[in-house]
Amino acid sequence: MSRLAVPKTYKLYIGGAFPRSESGRTYEVLSADGAFLANAAKASRKDARDAVVAARAAVGGWAGATAYNRGQVLYRIAELLEGRRAQFVAEIEEAEGATRAAASAQVDEAIDRWVWYAGWADKFAQVAGNANPVAGPYFNISVPEPTGVVAIVAPQQSSLLGFVSVVAPALVAGNAVVVVASERFPLSAISLSEVLATSDVPKGVVNVLTGSPAEIAPWLASHADVNALDLVGAGDLDWIDLEIAAADTLKRVLRPEQGPDAAAPALGRISAFTETKTVWHTKSMK
Amino acid sequence: MNFLEYAPAPESTAILNLREQYGLFIDGEFVDGRGEPFQTISPATEARIASISNANGADVSDAVAAARRAYDRTWSRMSGRDRGKYLFRIARLVQERARELAVAESLDNGKPIKESRDVDVPLVAAWFFYYAGWADKLDHAGLGANPRALGVAAQVIPWNFPLLMLAWKIAPALAAGNTVVLKPAETTPLTALIFADILQQADLPPGVVNIVTGAGDTGAALVAHEGVDKVAFTGSTAVGRAIAKQIAGTEKKVTLELGGKAANIVFDDAPIDQAIEGIVNGIFFNQGHVCCAGSRLLVQESIHDEVVDRLKARLSTLRLGDPLDKNTDIGAINSREQLDRIRELSDIGVAEGAERWSAPCEIPENGFWYAPTIFTGVQTSSRIARDEIFGPVLSVLTFRTPAEAVAKANNTPYGLSAGIWTDKGSRILAVADQLRAGVIWANTFNRFDPASPFGGYKESGYGREGGRHGLAAYLAPATGVDRAAAAAPKAKSATKGSKR
Repeated sequence: MSRLAVPKTYKLYIGGAFPRSESGRTYEVLSADGAFLANAAKASRKDARDAVVAARAAVGGWAGATAYNRGQVLYRIAELLEGRRAQFVAEIEEAEGATRAAASAQVDEAIDRWVWYAGWADKFAQVAGNANPVAGPYFNISVPEPTGVVAIVAPQQSSLLGFVSVVAPALVAGNAVVVVASERFPLSAISLSEVLATSDVPKGVVNVLTGSPAEIAPWLASHADVNALDLVGAGDLDWIDLEIAAADTLKRVLRPEQGPDAAAPALGRISAFTETKTVWHTKSMK
Repeated sequence: MNFLEYAPAPESTAILNLREQYGLFIDGEFVDGRGEPFQTISPATEARIASISNANGADVSDAVAAARRAYDRTWSRMSGRDRGKYLFRIARLVQERARELAVAESLDNGKPIKESRDVDVPLVAAWFFYYAGWADKLDHAGLGANPRALGVAAQVIPWNFPLLMLAWKIAPALAAGNTVVLKPAETTPLTALIFADILQQADLPPGVVNIVTGAGDTGAALVAHEGVDKVAFTGSTAVGRAIAKQIAGTEKKVTLELGGKAANIVFDDAPIDQAIEGIVNGIFFNQGHVCCAGSRLLVQESIHDEVVDRLKARLSTLRLGDPLDKNTDIGAINSREQLDRIRELSDIGVAEGAERWSAPCEIPENGFWYAPTIFTGVQTSSRIARDEIFGPVLSVLTFRTPAEAVAKANNTPYGLSAGIWTDKGSRILAVADQLRAGVIWANTFNRFDPASPFGGYKESGYGREGGRHGLAAYLAPATGVDRAAAAAPKAKSATKGSKR
């Protein structure tokens, strides 16, 4: 006799906790062949604001951690993902209708990409920063620092890899993120949140919203406590309006990318959400 | 005559060879603009200097078309080595004509000749010299091998450092292989037009640099022009915001260098004599018309009275007057409009309860002037502690602990610059780490260098000017795809592109 499965309730991930949407709303997530998979939380404007508050509270600690520490914490996520590999493969097969091989390849690449980005944590400042030979008695040095709170519309056509490809690089430099997951494939993002919750990533550093990007993104784009906006997965939204809204507080904006190379791993994805700080130190024998 | 009085020592204007009227500089030639010409005046005397062409939309289109032709036919095909040699030529010509440029700048802008002569113009030459050497070394700019230029750059610059801002914009753009259409500020077009003459002497190919004069609508037409690939703007946050909205949804890249409200933090162990000079330089340099000016003095409570007393004594020795006089410390406010704004915000400061003190100087009859002014008893919520005044007005606030100093310094939507004064090295490093600002000066202030990146956090804008970072703002990776760095693994298009 077959055993009756215990299905999971998929919720939001805000400030290290897994709340339902304060709005009480959910939406049906269907498999590739139209079968019911889950009721995902449909995040509201208030959920988005709560997520920004949580991210703002977390950014100081995360940005203040040593680069070596951030690198280890990020690497730890890859370790945990590896342990849950089978779960993610099954989830992607079901949600995307992908073959076992394709789903496995996506999970493998997601894990390897985490590892790649984790390794950058204590190196990118050496590559992106430098000492400057100014004409005077000064030690002058430029270093990249995290921009702050980054709101991200994750790639919409991918369950796990797209999400990882945009979240990992933003975390490397020490930003805290609020991510709107793929509307159609949100479940892997929430499962990944469970990985994050049991890893060493401080609460609030990553906040995950599921629901309608078209509904949530405008609130994030106009939120004055968001410093940057990654519209990589917003190509099907009115993203120009989002960019215009972001200009009110001069947020840094990455425009949408589409196609197989969207959000390809690049140092540029790390540096896009950093600020160059240049400090002049006076030299004197006195 | 006491020891503070000096006989007048005005720099001669005989070195100038000004024209009665100036056209637009398009495709290597001076041409008349189709808008209504305007006059540029000396803010120190309100006397007319010259008549300046006004570029309308059609003129802007001509300039962009000239820049595009020069990009396609000449500049993008030229070797980096030769581009660099043109920039070296320009640097040398600026040095050769340094005195003339300094006099013209002080005449048109109102800044003291000692600043235009010793700061602005030498830095202009340095900027071209620095970026000249980059032109054939772009592989090392940090974007992987064979980075490409962006195309035509639209550059709109402010009136506070007219020629220096021109150099900050044009030098990296040309080194990276872009061509340029530049719009100087309406009140300070003169040195840009003399610079056009320098470009002719350098035999720079026509169209590589085009200069269109006019007011805000000329700049707006330039930024909005569909033939433009890159926008670089220095000016107010309000205009920067409008530009960011205007270019939304386009392929244009943008660099914005906007306003600031910098904290200058003085700890009780600071070297006090240097700190006083640094505070004065921080806010009264260039009449406070400096986006990175140290306009909020955060002084540790225990030394507040001493610092304020010494500041007042020092300010009482500053000489305000003729910008062309070599003894002048404080020149003219650049325009009546700006003077009105400074007066309005100062009056608001008084109305909000702060105490105003102005240095006792004789104000000349004609022209636009504002005496160096200090506000004490300023609340963090007061507008003179929050709004950029862009004038010789210092707001003094206090703090007790380093943590409080950092919190107050960061309590602003701006994030351009900051200063730290203390004898304790470890504290400098820790405080500098925590300040959310793009440029931080420790035991100095308002230092600039072409090798040193400059630019803001938060609403002070984005992108950097100066250094390797400033060069990268005019380049894209070889792929042609935004941001896909050549260093990326498995990014197939990246490897393909780098082989071109």
